[in-house]
Amino acid sequence: MTADETNHPNLTELGYDEHSPVRVDEHTDGHGHEVALPQDPFADPGLEPHRPRASDIDEKVARSKERLIAALFTLSALCTIGFMVAYTEVPKTATVNFFPIGAVSASNFALGLLLGVALFSLGAGAIYWARTLMTDVEFPQERHPLESDTETKAQAAAEFRQGVEDSGIKRRPLIRRSLLGALAVLPLPALWILRDLGPLPGDTLRHTAWKAGERIINDMTVSIDGTTGQGIKPEDITIGSLVQGRPLAALTAGEDLNNMMAKSAILLVRMDPADIKSQKERDWGYQGIVAFSKICTHVGCPVSLYEQQTHHMLCPCHQSTFDLSEDGKVIFGPAARSLPQLPITVDADGYLVAKSDFDQPVGPSFWERG
Amino acid sequence: MTATTPHSAEFSDGVAPTTFGGKAADYLDQRLGIAGAAKKQLRKIFPDHWSFMLGEIALYSFIVLLLSGIFLTLFFTPSMNEVTYNGSYTPLDGIRMSEAYASTVNISFDVRGGLLMRQIHHWAALVFVMAITVHMLRIFFTGAFRKPRELNWIIGFGLFVMALLEGFCGYSLPDDLLSGTGLRIAEGVVLSIPIVGTYVSFFLFGGEFPGHDLVPRLFTIHILLVPGLILALITVHLILVFYQKHTQWAGPGRNNENVVGLPLLPVYTAKAGGFFFLVFGIISLLAGLVSINPIWTYGPYVPNEITAGSQPDWYIGFLEGSLRMMPNLEFNFLGHTLSLNVLIPALIVPGILFTALAVYPFIEAWVTGDKREHHILDRPRNVPTRTAFGVAGCTFYGVLWFVGGNDLIATHFHLSLESITWTGRVLIFVGPVFAFWITRRICFGLQRADRDKVLHGREAGIIIRSPEGEFSEVHTPLSDGDRFKLTSHDVHRPLSIAQTADANGVPAPKLRRAKLRAKATHFFFGTRIEKPSVEEYHESITSGHH
Repeated sequence: MTADETNHPNLTELGYDEHSPVRVDEHTDGHGHEVALPQDPFADPGLEPHRPRASDIDEKVARSKERLIAALFTLSALCTIGFMVAYTEVPKTATVNFFPIGAVSASNFALGLLLGVALFSLGAGAIYWARTLMTDVEFPQERHPLESDTETKAQAAAEFRQGVEDSGIKRRPLIRRSLLGALAVLPLPALWILRDLGPLPGDTLRHTAWKAGERIINDMTVSIDGTTGQGIKPEDITIGSLVQGRPLAALTAGEDLNNMMAKSAILLVRMDPADIKSQKERDWGYQGIVAFSKICTHVGCPVSLYEQQTHHMLCPCHQSTFDLSEDGKVIFGPAARSLPQLPITVDADGYLVAKSDFDQPVGPSFWERG
Repeated sequence: MTATTPHSAEFSDGVAPTTFGGKAADYLDQRLGIAGAAKKQLRKIFPDHWSFMLGEIALYSFIVLLLSGIFLTLFFTPSMNEVTYNGSYTPLDGIRMSEAYASTVNISFDVRGGLLMRQIHHWAALVFVMAITVHMLRIFFTGAFRKPRELNWIIGFGLFVMALLEGFCGYSLPDDLLSGTGLRIAEGVVLSIPIVGTYVSFFLFGGEFPGHDLVPRLFTIHILLVPGLILALITVHLILVFYQKHTQWAGPGRNNENVVGLPLLPVYTAKAGGFFFLVFGIISLLAGLVSINPIWTYGPYVPNEITAGSQPDWYIGFLEGSLRMMPNLEFNFLGHTLSLNVLIPALIVPGILFTALAVYPFIEAWVTGDKREHHILDRPRNVPTRTAFGVAGCTFYGVLWFVGGNDLIATHFHLSLESITWTGRVLIFVGPVFAFWITRRICFGLQRADRDKVLHGREAGIIIRSPEGEFSEVHTPLSDGDRFKLTSHDVHRPLSIAQTADANGVPAPKLRRAKLRAKATHFFFGTRIEKPSVEEYHESITSGHH
């Protein structure tokens, strides 16, 4: 291992501190590097000689490369001008059929293509120039150790010590400590003034817009501006169907609609009451119609994929699966808690209404939830 | 009084520049003294290798992001105030949406070149994070993070984290159904933080989710805070690359004390400048030809709607998979809830993964005890344990990423979603261990192959039949340069404890740390392939085995 030993120091030679009781073992035996070899087969032969390219020796080749590069630059300029022409001339609404993608915006297609070719050919020309006509004679440059020499280090340390000494900070602990104390508390206001970023949670996560007698509005009937919608009568829901609902208050929520829906969105399904496995679920429903929170108890996505035959409800985000025929309990996936059930009944006009708010916070868990 | 003008004295040394460029340079030098720096740096040498361009791609896509991003800020309205849409995209006519979403639809349909800029911006973001990731892997597997470049590794790691954050903030801005769903998940994750989670969420969103404050806040973070930090970190990153000089591959004439390559002016100016235009050009072509994030088909965000098969941008996929894979662990105690089913996959797992990535250079330096400067890159095969750790990490990430698409895999390949998830739950533990083991085996195999090549030369592909009827293949010996290249690496050796106590029975100082370190070096270097010795080489030549 001659070459090894001389050129590639093992660990002791790599500057292990002498105080460490660790040493290198198995590093000498049986390699006989005493033999002075006339020639080290693994020695660095030095830089390989430069091999000229065709363009280095043949002016004709070089000329043709030059023309190609100039052509690429010219193409770039033409495409740049083309880009500006396309900007004004291609109508915004025009489409173009582009295989295999299909109909795409003609403007976007033309602008992207022209800009792309303008940039690409400019880059390709520059790189081709560098590779074929500029020098390719590699040469070495020395590296210098980054570490300063001992003397410089000592001088720097002495300068620093002198500066510290001149300040007197070591001799005057009162100044030092009070300064450190002042600096330590100074960043706190930066956190303090963030207090008004938002209100405190209070018990807002525990309540939704549902309350006793709150009518359930069918999402499908809500107008495009969100201000009108119709209630649901039990006979509107056939067995096996799924209806998504919102509280009547949502129709007048205005700008607060999204905040309200983030907690109050529900879904209703109707099952054969005999299929419902829990007495509580049957009692909280109405003739086999049961209402559950639509907000996943994992991280709050709206659950929405309903498997009619099994009564399984799947959240498309992380695939938590809930069994709507048994208190919405989790049967698969990362959610830990059942979907909360909303107790419902019908009002005097025969519309489905909530009997109360949810009996627990809906949506993802939080520290204070309990 | 002579006829000289008062300022002609400047040129009295007789080197007065005559060209415009020369005069301009002289003007600057008289004020800034730049000639000294220019003399040293203009012909600075950079080594050449394709893998050194990965970081360049990241830099150039960042410049593309800045340029396209400035255009987008001119038309985007960072507001969650509700408006009724009546622009030229008729399917959304009359629908209530936030101004952020409406302005994004307008950029896509009513601002000429707007869709192109949006798509350039989005594609460039995907390329940016991808380039950073692959660049980081290159640095890792070649050991370019070793002394003196550990600090630049940390800066690069900071850039990686910033890029993920910047990307997530950016794609959340349009307030469409897909990005809003991502924010809802982010809210769920923040809520899972023990003790402070609920408060942090309320401060972040300005109250309950989704509120009206988030988009303007994310906008400031996305266009000012994070890009400012990225720009500052990139500057330091590049200054350090310049100052410490680039690493290079082993090869004839290349050693730890030099750098071999071509000069900055003109070759790298042309190559790097040209490469910027190539990257920009390819991103523009993508943006012109391939649709990305068509938010108008998703619709505005409403908390009670979702599309099946929702997927985040690729670099968030591993977090998504982590969330999907986790079993449903949750504890309730003393009126509090600890959602480990969210906390572990969304914060603890990436926290551990990222911390390991950040501190790896320091761990390896401690194990090897190597305090030398390294400017020659390692071939991954020559450091099998590091390479195996890297592949194990990639496997871990890859399994998370794979499970992040479990729904699409299930629907496209008609597989059961549950079994894909369960496969992921098993693979996340088994996969990295297997990857570690197999990678080390492959590295040793490749090292043996190198060893054979040095001793016996390359297979020439010529089969010779001897008069006795024996078939053999002709081997051509390696050139001196190739032989040097394949034998110039270090073979590290493990350490053992020399002495646990001195003659008086006093235990050696720091014995426990030393024992741990000795164990670690045995794990790293216990199995190794020695390089051929000079004797072996001479013997192989004299015995005619090639």
